[in-house]
Amino acid sequence: MSPPPVYRGPFGKAQAERLLWRAGFGPRKGEAEALAKLGLAGAVRQLTNPGFERLVGPSPHDDKGHPLAPYSAWGHDHAWWLDRMVRTSRPLVERMTLVWHDWFATSNDGVGSQKLMLEQNELFRKHALGSFHDLLRDVTANPAMLEWLNGLENEKGSPNENYGREMMELFTLGADRGAYTERDVREQARALTGWQNRWKRNVGAYDFHFDASRHDTGMKRIFGKTGNFDWRDACSLCLSHPMHPSFFVQKLWSYFAPMPPDRGTQASLQAIYKSGYQVKPVVSAILSHPALYLGPRLVKPPIVHTAGLLRRLGEGITTTDWAWIGDLSGQRLFYPPNVAGWDDTRWLDTATFRGRWYAVQRMLRDRTLDPQKAKEPYDADKLVARALDFWSDPPLSSGTTYALTQFAKHALADAGNATWKQQQYPVLVQNALRQLVAMSPDLQTA
Amino acid sequence: MNGRRFVCDECTRADLLRATAGRGLPAIEPGMPVPAGTGLTRRGFVARSLGIALSVYGVGRLAAFDEGIANAAAAGPQPILVTVFLQGGADSLSLLYPQGDPLYAKYRKTLAVSGGSAFTEDARLFWHPSLAPLAQLHDEGKVSVLPAVGYDHPDQSHFTSRHYWEVGATDPRLLTGWLGRYLDTIGSPDNPLQGLSLGGSLQPSLATARVPVATIDAPGQYDFYTPGVWGSVQDRLLDAIGGLGAVRSHDAAFSTAANVARQSDRLRRQLAPFAGKKLTPPVQYPTSSDSFPTQLSGLAAMIAAGLPLHCVSLEATGSYDTHADQTTELGPALDTTAASLFAFQRDLEARGIADRVLTLVWSEFGRRAQENGSGGTDHGAAGCGFLIGTHAAGTQIGEFPGLDALDADGNLKPTSDFRGVYAGLLEQWLHTDAERVIPGAGKFQQPVLVK
Repeated sequence: MSPPPVYRGPFGKAQAERLLWRAGFGPRKGEAEALAKLGLAGAVRQLTNPGFERLVGPSPHDDKGHPLAPYSAWGHDHAWWLDRMVRTSRPLVERMTLVWHDWFATSNDGVGSQKLMLEQNELFRKHALGSFHDLLRDVTANPAMLEWLNGLENEKGSPNENYGREMMELFTLGADRGAYTERDVREQARALTGWQNRWKRNVGAYDFHFDASRHDTGMKRIFGKTGNFDWRDACSLCLSHPMHPSFFVQKLWSYFAPMPPDRGTQASLQAIYKSGYQVKPVVSAILSHPALYLGPRLVKPPIVHTAGLLRRLGEGITTTDWAWIGDLSGQRLFYPPNVAGWDDTRWLDTATFRGRWYAVQRMLRDRTLDPQKAKEPYDADKLVARALDFWSDPPLSSGTTYALTQFAKHALADAGNATWKQQQYPVLVQNALRQLVAMSPDLQTA
Repeated sequence: MNGRRFVCDECTRADLLRATAGRGLPAIEPGMPVPAGTGLTRRGFVARSLGIALSVYGVGRLAAFDEGIANAAAAGPQPILVTVFLQGGADSLSLLYPQGDPLYAKYRKTLAVSGGSAFTEDARLFWHPSLAPLAQLHDEGKVSVLPAVGYDHPDQSHFTSRHYWEVGATDPRLLTGWLGRYLDTIGSPDNPLQGLSLGGSLQPSLATARVPVATIDAPGQYDFYTPGVWGSVQDRLLDAIGGLGAVRSHDAAFSTAANVARQSDRLRRQLAPFAGKKLTPPVQYPTSSDSFPTQLSGLAAMIAAGLPLHCVSLEATGSYDTHADQTTELGPALDTTAASLFAFQRDLEARGIADRVLTLVWSEFGRRAQENGSGGTDHGAAGCGFLIGTHAAGTQIGEFPGLDALDADGNLKPTSDFRGVYAGLLEQWLHTDAERVIPGAGKFQQPVLVK
């Protein structure tokens, strides 16, 4: 099997910028230039081997200046993770944590404990670039997941199919491919029986453990194999299924590029994956692939758009408004719409567009220029250049630059001959341009 | 699956937005334009074309509103189809349950429902007590019940089965929704309101290939506030959203982002008459932390205002994927859902527009006859649906197949096919050739749905 193709073209600021958006949350000021100096191989090596995490930038706090309470306070869970995305020195690890949150989509609507959700989040981070086998095994025994897909209600004599079905359909094999039958679903459920927890007032659910007396020890027949299977076997059976590697590669690829891989690439990525179920070598190969640099753009998930803009500004988390803004823009962390995760092909509609507008508005609010005090040039081109400088010069298409300049020209012309308007309108226009740049199709995609 | 929707506290969010608007603005001095978004520019506005009074905030060009409404009114009243999705696979054997059937007692040892009123069309069945409002509408001849709707070779995956229903075919590869394809056939290139999703995201049944559609939370909240921008600059800023939408590109994702900007711009203009307006429905809707009742009351107001709506989709209160604790989950969800649908019907009647609206309530499948050991039920096959409206035929479509004739998986067998129902709605209600929308529409028996 030949290795997957590697991008050989120039690797400058533009390519590094795109890589940082796909593999993380976009560059901080100067970061794309620095990464470009390493060349593609060096850049991918740095992203996949980031070393210890450093958190760069001001510590997060809520609207009153108090530290975040992510285990207990409404919306603080979302703000806490957003902060991690903004300040991390390991963007790919954090991005993969987000990938696993979407892949094994668990919602706190069904779990009812921010603490359990954050513990699951730590699990995703720990396995971010590690072994998918370890990840699947730990997720299967994870308290939030046990709560979410009724693992605790799945016991000997009265199986609950919820987790057994989704682990095959959504986590490892895929629907409508003939990979499993309804009988496999029922038998998997039996293999997965035995999880138990305890519950205490003021503490809630705790002590999640495997209780052999609740496990169905009878013989099960799964994928044509017969045995006294348990939950570990259930995981291994899915991973050794011949249709698992193709599912895994296709799904993982879809987080980084909008078009599916060509057949040769798909086959060589599967070969890399099959040699040990390791995530890192597959991700490295995807990030080095020509499709990432020569292929079409990708719509940024809303949380990536928000985190990336905050990184560009060097801005910290100073409000928990981010939680409801996340909801408005279609991605409230820890609350995916269902166990299939977010629909990555439909991030943008007229409602989520407005949500993104509010995200930008919220980060601009504390930087609003006061037209009575600030000075801005009465010149459309200069105003556009200054708005781009505000966002650390993101690459912009000529069409967008033209639209922004036309807006500025017309808005300035409205000032007419009134002196106060000629002084103040440029400031209003600058405030508006900052909003428009961040909302442009260029910055919604990468 | 478990998919309880995140229910945002609408009030809190609205308050936050309101508190945000106007914060940090400089003092207004004589001769300066008044900042928008502060509530200061509220103006009464009469839409001449309709003769209705509206409150308008952050006024731009009144003439443009008039034009938008005039266009809407000029289009003339069209029939409107509303679809309401019970997410997660609603348990039809609880919604309409066979009381007194020994098999029911056997299969539902802990979950058997009781205490509801009799379903007058089938002596075997009773309404879930929480569906009493639907039973009342049924007695008035305004509800057609589908006791076992589905399709052959049922798929027990939420996502696959829902996908089939959304696209109107058992085709996993179809990308457009059935209503989306309908709108692609008859819709217009500049009216996103023709296909409206209420809620956080686009309902897949409305996914089009050609014409624009819209998603909003509530008609009065479609605003675009930016701090430090007001007056004529703000008007220009709002126009510039359309400017970004006009940027052309060969890249698909870029074009998607541009298209959405253009559609948002168009939608904002269409909804301008509702901006910041507090709705006062003529009837009482249930109070709920979920937005379903307010979405329906907003919908009634939009229809009454003559906005050019045609197909509308939204999700009902609750998650119906009751693998566990079914009794505690189902009752409250059905309470709010049924009471909201009832209020919506009464609202439309009070406004004199009930003859224009039909509402289809559906779920991706029903649930297994045999309850599981967790006080819940697993995924099943045929489920139940409802068609509500003054023009609904009011007689059941298909019949209850009985618990003595389950399929090999222990699930109810369908007695009507959802594709036949769609074909009937397209031809009898929307007056369109169903073959143009539903693949192989002629193969499915088309029930009489409309009177």
